[in-house]
Amino acid sequence: MIKVEGLTRAYGSFIAVDDITFECKPGTVTGFLGPNGAGKTTTMRVMVGLTPPTHGDVTIGGLHYKDIPNPGRHVGVLLDASAQHAGRTGREVLEIGARTMGLPGTRVDEMLDLVSLDARESTRRVRNYSLGMRQRLGIAHALLGEPTVLILDEPANGLDPAGIRWMRGLLQGYADQGGTVFLSSHLLHEVEQIADEMILIGNGRIVARGTRDELLRDATGGVSTTLVTALDNHQLAEALTDKGIVVHPAGEGLRVTAEPVDVGRVAAERQIVLTDLRAGHEGGLEDLFLELTAETQRDVLPNEVTANEVTASEATASEVRA
Amino acid sequence: MSAAAVPVPAVLDIAGTPGIPFGRLFGVELRKSVDTRAGRWLIGITIAAVLVAETIFLIVSAVKNLDSSYGDFVAGAAFVSSFLLPILGIMLVSSEWSQRTAMTTFTLEPRRMRVVMAKMLAGVAMTAFVIAFALVIGLLGNLLFAAIQGQSPAWTFGWTGFTGFLVTQTFAMVGGFALACLLLNTPAAIVVYVVYKYVLPGLIALGSLMTWFSHLAPWIDFQAAQNELYDMPLTSAQWWHLVVSGLIWLALPLLIGLWRIRRAEVK
Repeated sequence: MIKVEGLTRAYGSFIAVDDITFECKPGTVTGFLGPNGAGKTTTMRVMVGLTPPTHGDVTIGGLHYKDIPNPGRHVGVLLDASAQHAGRTGREVLEIGARTMGLPGTRVDEMLDLVSLDARESTRRVRNYSLGMRQRLGIAHALLGEPTVLILDEPANGLDPAGIRWMRGLLQGYADQGGTVFLSSHLLHEVEQIADEMILIGNGRIVARGTRDELLRDATGGVSTTLVTALDNHQLAEALTDKGIVVHPAGEGLRVTAEPVDVGRVAAERQIVLTDLRAGHEGGLEDLFLELTAETQRDVLPNEVTANEVTASEATASEVRA
Repeated sequence: MSAAAVPVPAVLDIAGTPGIPFGRLFGVELRKSVDTRAGRWLIGITIAAVLVAETIFLIVSAVKNLDSSYGDFVAGAAFVSSFLLPILGIMLVSSEWSQRTAMTTFTLEPRRMRVVMAKMLAGVAMTAFVIAFALVIGLLGNLLFAAIQGQSPAWTFGWTGFTGFLVTQTFAMVGGFALACLLLNTPAAIVVYVVYKYVLPGLIALGSLMTWFSHLAPWIDFQAAQNELYDMPLTSAQWWHLVVSGLIWLALPLLIGLWRIRRAEVK
């Protein structure tokens, strides 16, 4: 539905977005991930015609954004929840949107209801809104015209945990009804649970893309690991080593280079009681994300910590020595 | 994870959504000019200033036994309100940029020039409203004056002057509007407008001490050229002065400003 082809946006010699190509399909949520300044917002701004591209092309449903008649009825956009007139009430912001799109006034109440802004809050001026409230207002504005495509820049920003969960459900339901959702975030965990496909961007370039599982497979180099804890870890370690499986101690239990099912099978054969068994790559995506976007990270990472099993204290000690 | 249960075609069905009609954009822009506190203050101050000026004019007329007529009362009200019309023109455009609402506005209507035209028309409508307000207040002032004096009201009204007033006030609003398009910044536009309106005439008068400049001045002094509109009919030279100076001070900033808005990256 959204098609980005060879998109480049340069500011003088600085290249904000560097020849990126991807597509978002109807009925899916696409997550756009990258650290601050990676080019996410610029890409989204080009999508909706606020920023002209230097090269390349973006179409939505086969059309350039500027050629979509009454685009608010087709594409819901939230780029910056703070970009609202501080002197307008929340209700008035939606009222203006609804009038521009030619929607009945009842739609405003429906949307206020949907994003849980009550009557009193809606008549306050946006100046007095918290970031979370602005974000809700922005989401309400994006959904006003019952669009089939949603483009949301950092929609979870400023929402409380309950709000983030609510939004996740909302977008999921939206995609399930055939909508196309494209959302950006610099926080992996915000996106990985909801996105069908993730696009990782760093320094204006796409550094990885795929489903969560595909990315994880890449993250671990195709080797699966399992975290397991048994009543008798020693016994389990021996049993696994007998089968030629590599075992390392990790925290309370063991990190095993094998699928959870294989570990479970070995434990069952030997009648070893397990207290915990799970795939060992949570954190894998986080590592991948940090690693792939390392060049654009603003903060230097103690990369030894994530790569090896060095304890935090050792890392600190080595840093001090260095 | 959601599997696309129903295959949805990856095109937009735009058959049911015609483009946004211009009238709707105009209505929205008009609403936007009065739905904020800043907008209401501007209108409120304009109305209050007109009332104050009219009251003073009424008192002075009564005390000094002036021969004031309807036209004088209207002129008094309109003179005051005219100071605020350029500010209105400026705010219509620049608030979109200072408050960053241009992002939303141009996302809902990517054909930016239509939005700008709707804004300008909203400015013209507000100008018309202010002038109509002046007519009504002038009427009340005149009736009150007649009642105080105990005589029947004088309805003398200088239509030539009024036409000139209509045109110059609209130009003033559009002038502010053009500067705002050019600068996209409220304080800058207001400062430049004040310089244009109050400092420039003095500079031109000073420069005109030089003979060569005094020949040039009528062609660049838009305000002087507009003043002639109060004394219709104009000579052909006066018309040309108006056109040329108008091109310099109105058309040129507006065209550059529109070009800028058209191309600008909206942040």
